[in-house]
Amino acid sequence: MGLILDQVNKYVEGEMHLADISLDLASGSRNVILGRTLAGKTSLLRIMAGLDRPSTGKIVMDGRDVTGISVRKRQVAMVYQQFINYPSFTVFQNIASPLQISGVPKATIKEKVMETAKLLHLEEMLDRMPAELSGGQQQRVAIARALMKDSQLLLLDEPLVNLDYKLREELLEELTAIFKKRDCVVVYTTTEPSEALKLGGNIVVMDKGRVCQTGPTTQVYRNPATVETAQLLSDPPINLFAAVLNDGRLTLGDDLALAVAGPIAALASGRYHIGIRPNHLYLHPQDPGDIKIHATVEISEINGSETFIHFRYSGYKTVLHEVGIDARKIGSDITVYMNPGNFFVFAENGDLLISPGPAKTAENQTA
Amino acid sequence: MAQISLDEIAHSYLPFPKTDADYALKRIHNIWDDGGAYALLGPSGCGKTTLLNIISGLLKPSKGRVRFGDTDVTDLPPEKRNIAQVFQFPVLYDTMTVFNNLAFPLKNRGFDTAYINARVKEVARILELEAVLHKKAEGLGADAKQKISLGRGLVREDVAAILFDEPLTVIDPQLKWQLRCKLKEIHEQLKLTLIYVTHDQVEALTFADQIIVMYEGKIVQIGTPQELFEYPDHKFVGYFIGSPGMNFLPCTMENGKARVGEHDIPLDDRTAALGNRATGSLELGIRPLYLTIHVQETAGSFQVPVQSVEDQGSYRVVALAFNDQTIRARIAENDPVPGSRAWVSFPKKWIRLFENDHLLK
Amino acid sequence: MKKWQDNKGWLFILPVFIIVAFSAIIPLMTVVNYSIQDIFGPGQRIFVGTEWFKETLTDPRLHEALWRQLLFSGLVLLIEMPLGIAIALTMPTKKGLGSSVCLVLIALPLLIPWNVIGTIWIIFTRPDIGLMGAFINNMGITFDHTASGLHAWITLMLMEVWHWTPLVILLAYAGLRSIPEAYYQAARIDGASAWAIFKYIQLPKMRGVLTIALLLRFMDSFLIYAEPFVLTGGGPGNATTFLSIYLVKIAVGQFDLGPAGAFSLIYFLIVLLFCYLFYQVLLNVGKGESS
Repeated sequence: MGLILDQVNKYVEGEMHLADISLDLASGSRNVILGRTLAGKTSLLRIMAGLDRPSTGKIVMDGRDVTGISVRKRQVAMVYQQFINYPSFTVFQNIASPLQISGVPKATIKEKVMETAKLLHLEEMLDRMPAELSGGQQQRVAIARALMKDSQLLLLDEPLVNLDYKLREELLEELTAIFKKRDCVVVYTTTEPSEALKLGGNIVVMDKGRVCQTGPTTQVYRNPATVETAQLLSDPPINLFAAVLNDGRLTLGDDLALAVAGPIAALASGRYHIGIRPNHLYLHPQDPGDIKIHATVEISEINGSETFIHFRYSGYKTVLHEVGIDARKIGSDITVYMNPGNFFVFAENGDLLISPGPAKTAENQTA
Repeated sequence: MAQISLDEIAHSYLPFPKTDADYALKRIHNIWDDGGAYALLGPSGCGKTTLLNIISGLLKPSKGRVRFGDTDVTDLPPEKRNIAQVFQFPVLYDTMTVFNNLAFPLKNRGFDTAYINARVKEVARILELEAVLHKKAEGLGADAKQKISLGRGLVREDVAAILFDEPLTVIDPQLKWQLRCKLKEIHEQLKLTLIYVTHDQVEALTFADQIIVMYEGKIVQIGTPQELFEYPDHKFVGYFIGSPGMNFLPCTMENGKARVGEHDIPLDDRTAALGNRATGSLELGIRPLYLTIHVQETAGSFQVPVQSVEDQGSYRVVALAFNDQTIRARIAENDPVPGSRAWVSFPKKWIRLFENDHLLK
Repeated sequence: MKKWQDNKGWLFILPVFIIVAFSAIIPLMTVVNYSIQDIFGPGQRIFVGTEWFKETLTDPRLHEALWRQLLFSGLVLLIEMPLGIAIALTMPTKKGLGSSVCLVLIALPLLIPWNVIGTIWIIFTRPDIGLMGAFINNMGITFDHTASGLHAWITLMLMEVWHWTPLVILLAYAGLRSIPEAYYQAARIDGASAWAIFKYIQLPKMRGVLTIALLLRFMDSFLIYAEPFVLTGGGPGNATTFLSIYLVKIAVGQFDLGPAGAFSLIYFLIVLLFCYLFYQVLLNVGKGESS
């Protein structure tokens, strides 16, 4: 059961918007579509909803082919970037509106509205009009309305993008909890890797109208299939260097040559891309196996508890992310430590060959 | 170039404000140094944009004076104030080329063509806009457009301060890093006073030397990123800054320790003395980052049930049930992950006490 | 966005299709039919091919009427567009009683039927009893639209401008209101003069609505009939014999349905051509500046 997209293509006036998208999203799953602006996230969402018809390909919902079936006849709920509510309805009426259309008894409606309002902390403001609410509250109303329908598919198109940072953080946490309890397919689009990681569940990484990779979010984070995915799912961006492997010696950038052991040594000689996440670069040695590089600080940023140091290594823009405050002056020389054990190795065409050892997983992680 | 002083500023959008609640800005009295990078941080409706508009001259405050250096500019319109502003959404002159957009403020002030050409080229180089200089501004990406908006400010050599009103709202995360670094670079190079309004703590903290945290029309704290993080003056700052926000546990003082429910949490002498002197309602605050999580029993730690562990990529957030309350801890990617129970300890160094929402110090 | 899923949708536009067929397509085809035949009476018609078109196109009186018409429309646009924009710029920007009252007052002339307009202005400009006519004549200037072609034109222009500038004002005002406040703020900070703000912000942002205003005003003024007909019936002499008046003279006055049909089609094509030209020019205006 769930939503299946089978080789969906979408062309608009000869221009490719979506190319060969096949997805299988199970009922009860949380799916985050991550991609830059104009990567095709909204186009894909519209096709899932039935607002647009794919140029070719098939959409199957709970075993039924729904390609070309009107959105009105599908069980779909959608939340948009903009806060969309009925301006002349009270909050109560807004939330109740999906049920009033289908003619449900009044008592049932009231009960469901109260229940949903409680979930989204809207009990106090049921009598108010949308215009009297703050942005965050308006979006809560819109989300509540979407939750009222017993839809098979709940689509959210960057719902938090217009909200304050802190509000976003709180609402995201609440939404994650709400989504976990529902047995519909939840699809959520975002441009922010941190948002995708906070929501958890599965991820669909998109770029230029194509799906780069799908899978459980943390698994994709630790095993990005291509350089592209690694870049998209990393904030701050992952550091990438060109490298040459020759007889067990790896030359990173211009001058750093190191002997490598383990899986990297087993690779054929040739050119590779090495990726290392900012939080795996350190200002202090962590392990006897660490290698050192010297660099000059270009910019250093402190966000209260963490330090981000930007520098150039062999011409590559590089960023180091360290927990704790360790301010360095611009133009000062630093030694940066890294461990080849944290290297992602990509082939010249960008495919992942080696990812760092699997992270220590929770013994019995509570979902 | 000048320091900016805000002298007893208050502002109300109502013609005849009566009570305190009628004021969008309550009382702002502050001096901002020349060449500093400042951020005004706070949730929607806290008055940060109002304050920005008062500095830029788009709004005249109901009370108080604004001074740039020794000049009282309170009654001057924006064009006479030597400031530039970058808005949330790129504001461009669509029909002009990038070059003409950048040249516009200079042309309006009647500079000669040779100077304008040289100056625009210089700014385009700093902002890496040379390649698109003769294109129409209309068709460019959001980041290029914001750079042009910024460039229109930089192009004027007489600019005393550049004001930013949430300028990265429409920019993708990867580009945000680039643009923010560019801003810092410019600040380093040109030593301009920059004032940056945002609701995004990460942007504010990484950008600014001094952050002005605002809440309900008031400044709650001014400090460096480190000060705000380590010594939040008010519970609001503790909550608003840091992700997740600070943990707060209502407590009482018992024998120099903080008692939370049945647990006694040891304090250092100074904190204990502050706590003993307090008369109001006490709360213990600690950042999720500073809670220590052990997977085995360790001396001085409390055994607590684990509610959830969320993998955020470069770190994990562990939610723990501590005396009927949920507290969160942040652990590194490579730290061992606890199972259904964990042992948590509160390093003395990082424990803060709050009396009636205010930090004891 | 293609609406694809319901082919039943076609059923809903069927009524419109039928109405359009009866109101536009069938009459138009009738005209085409007339324009290629010589009709003597019921059942007596001869196919004449392009004869009527040739005759019409070479008719010197039609040429005169066309130039007159173009001059009239040109003047109307030259006066109404800048005037409309200028008035819109001076209207109150804030929502409230002031702007509401302004809008209502400005919209009033639009509510008056065309033929009534003619009558109002005839009386208004009459030298004996008209407020304006008497006033001007009392000042020692002879003003009489029934005697002087120029005076007839002035009266017509006044009528037209008074009646239709409000439309331009309303459209321009709507365009102005849709410009975000940040643009004005940025311009103030950039030190832009009021003229620069108008040229680089207001005018470009109003382009869409002004295109519509221009097209509407051109078509309307190019098809003007009721006002000159009521005022002087096309006179004095032929001074206000515009295309439509001339057309009616041929069709109804002389009952030359063939030439009238050809005339109508040519008329129609001229309007279409000008609208297309205006549209293209306005669409591309400002795009040529990139170099």
